[in-house]
Amino acid sequence: MKEHTIIITVANRVGVLARIAGHLSSRGYNIESIIGAPTENPDIYKIHLVVSGTEERVEQVTKQLNKLVDIIKVVDISHRKNYIVREFILIKVKALKNRSEIFELIGVFKAKVVDVTRTQITIELSGPPQKIERFIELLRPYGIREFVRSGTVAVSEN
Amino acid sequence: MTGAEIFIDSLKKEGVDIMFGYPGGVVIPIFDVLYRIKGINLILTRHEQGATHAADGYARATGKVGVCLVTSGPGATNTITGIATAKLDSIPIVVISGQVRTNVIGTDAFQEADMSGLTRSICKHSYLVQKIEELPRVIKEAFYIARSGRPGPVSIDLPVDVTNASLRNYSYPKTVDLPGYKPTVKGNSLQIEKLALAIKEAKKPLLYTGGGVISSGASNELAQLLEKTNVPIVITLMGLGSVTSDHRLFLGMPGMHGTVAANFALKECDLLIAIGVRFDDRVTGDLKAFAKNAKVVHVDIDPAEIGKNVKTDIPVVGDAKSVINDLLSKVKPRGSNEWNRKTEEWKKKYKLKYTQQNNGEILPQYVVDRISNLVDSNTIVVTDVGQHQMWAALFYNHKKPRLFLSSGGLGTMGFGLPAAMGASMAYPGRTVVNIAGDGSIQMNIQELATCSINKIPVKIAVLNNSYLGMVRQWQELFWKRNYSKTCLRQGPDCPEDCKGPGKDCPQIYRPDLVKVAEANGIKGLRAERPSEVDSVLKEGFKTEGPVLMEFMVRKVENVYPMVPAGKSVDELLLGEEQ
Repeated sequence: MKEHTIIITVANRVGVLARIAGHLSSRGYNIESIIGAPTENPDIYKIHLVVSGTEERVEQVTKQLNKLVDIIKVVDISHRKNYIVREFILIKVKALKNRSEIFELIGVFKAKVVDVTRTQITIELSGPPQKIERFIELLRPYGIREFVRSGTVAVSEN
Repeated sequence: MTGAEIFIDSLKKEGVDIMFGYPGGVVIPIFDVLYRIKGINLILTRHEQGATHAADGYARATGKVGVCLVTSGPGATNTITGIATAKLDSIPIVVISGQVRTNVIGTDAFQEADMSGLTRSICKHSYLVQKIEELPRVIKEAFYIARSGRPGPVSIDLPVDVTNASLRNYSYPKTVDLPGYKPTVKGNSLQIEKLALAIKEAKKPLLYTGGGVISSGASNELAQLLEKTNVPIVITLMGLGSVTSDHRLFLGMPGMHGTVAANFALKECDLLIAIGVRFDDRVTGDLKAFAKNAKVVHVDIDPAEIGKNVKTDIPVVGDAKSVINDLLSKVKPRGSNEWNRKTEEWKKKYKLKYTQQNNGEILPQYVVDRISNLVDSNTIVVTDVGQHQMWAALFYNHKKPRLFLSSGGLGTMGFGLPAAMGASMAYPGRTVVNIAGDGSIQMNIQELATCSINKIPVKIAVLNNSYLGMVRQWQELFWKRNYSKTCLRQGPDCPEDCKGPGKDCPQIYRPDLVKVAEANGIKGLRAERPSEVDSVLKEGFKTEGPVLMEFMVRKVENVYPMVPAGKSVDELLLGEEQ
């Protein structure tokens, strides 16, 4: 079992996101994250999908997706190195005593403070998903109140 | 032109001359155009499910796209079973449903159902037309998608304000622009060379072909391949008729109710050449034991089928006809060998048998056999689903492609009669026989009226064993004869722990199918003894127009051979005859 990030290029038609989600759920695949957004071409949308599963199963996912008429291209980037992969997080941390330690972590991770109150700090950070995971782990001892993650997006280097 | 006029004109441009349907509030504008124009004959069925299966039967018999037109809400939802049936068997149909006005979509308006949402997982593609400008493109695309690549059903949901709107500059597109939909027809030549080499090197090669050979029209190519290579062949339910049943290399249908020769060959082959099949669980049984000694070649137009159920050594993505043609030029002639002799021995030793006693009960196999002997070579046989379907598959002498129509993947009871209507409308001069069970025929029996009124001459042969026989067979073999709700004679006076027919059983069967036929103005005939079978069939076939022939067959006859679900061929059940 491994997480796979799949980039799907689709024609901007009614219900295409529902089609993809429905197609996956009807075959019993669990979606970890899914984002759909416009691209430089207004007729084309890109959908980033993270699913976990065995190699064979994920290969079957991509084949099934390729069958959908509105889908132009499906790429599983998990095996490809030349991709820049990013995720974005907004995270609220309890900050009563150890404020300076938290600020130190923010500095190390080149994260950004977006709001500070007497009891909590709200931080934004973007970067590779592993970096986001690490950041969450390091903040956990201070008490995480809430976080939202954007899900993964990626672009090829060339 | 109005949306409704554009719609009908578009259908004409697609070559549609027959369609099946049922009117309703939001499709009145379309039916009004049909009333005024010539060139399209819409057959009014008595239920939308019937209309969908009829379009499906038309498509299976002709290879053309079948068309069905229904209203919104319940009209649309009644087509769901028919769409799913076409999807699982890869049959090209276009189902057009009316929809409420675009500005009330989503408000639970009268007769509103989210058709594009409902059909999403059971059709090849679906459309909700939002503007009249899109309409010609959508219809062009829908027909193209339905018939190309791996064929399948397409749903078009058409709101009433779109059909009522008008458009000045209407022109029907000549081409489609679908960047995400480019089916691969031509197989990769390196892969085909590998396949040719594999055939040369194999000691025990076996062809395993299915519906893909029918839908690509590859029977002639397949026959040439058989002549050149002498490779024995097994053919699935969906592929029956690709070669004649009496072909020397044909070992029968594989799978759960397949022949012993076909299943033994699958078990022992060292090269399995699968063409236009999908390794369905009714064919493979236990996947771990399926063709475990074989190198697997899989030729299919749908890349998602390759490796779905069985690991493939040589995948070839492409159309069956094109790939077999390319293979013919690359493959070396191969003579019969020890393996051929072995498969022939199996075929001889485990020949399908039944013994009809002159004064015993009618055996269903006998009825199928007699039908097979009495009809001409262009006759179309349409089955329903259950035991009778398997007997028809096994005991009918299949001669040509597109003459045996059966709901394979979805296994839809009630498919037979409306699908036979569709086939008969496509080929008015031919005999069309619906071999049905007494359970199945009742599921769309309202279409008897459609046949009668429209003079559609379907010959219905009901094998009446007064049971839902296939389920009863499973109950007998695997559920201690607990015949729970499978007896169609069972009433309140019957013992709850009934273990099968006895002398105290109710004598009356309801409905009286002969009377139902007569109530519909159709000739009804019944055979209760073996000696009556031929005379009923002869009279039925001789009679003009539709006929219902009821054969009171042995109640507890089982379909054999049988490989129990999920098991391997080692656990094959043969029955008494063998």
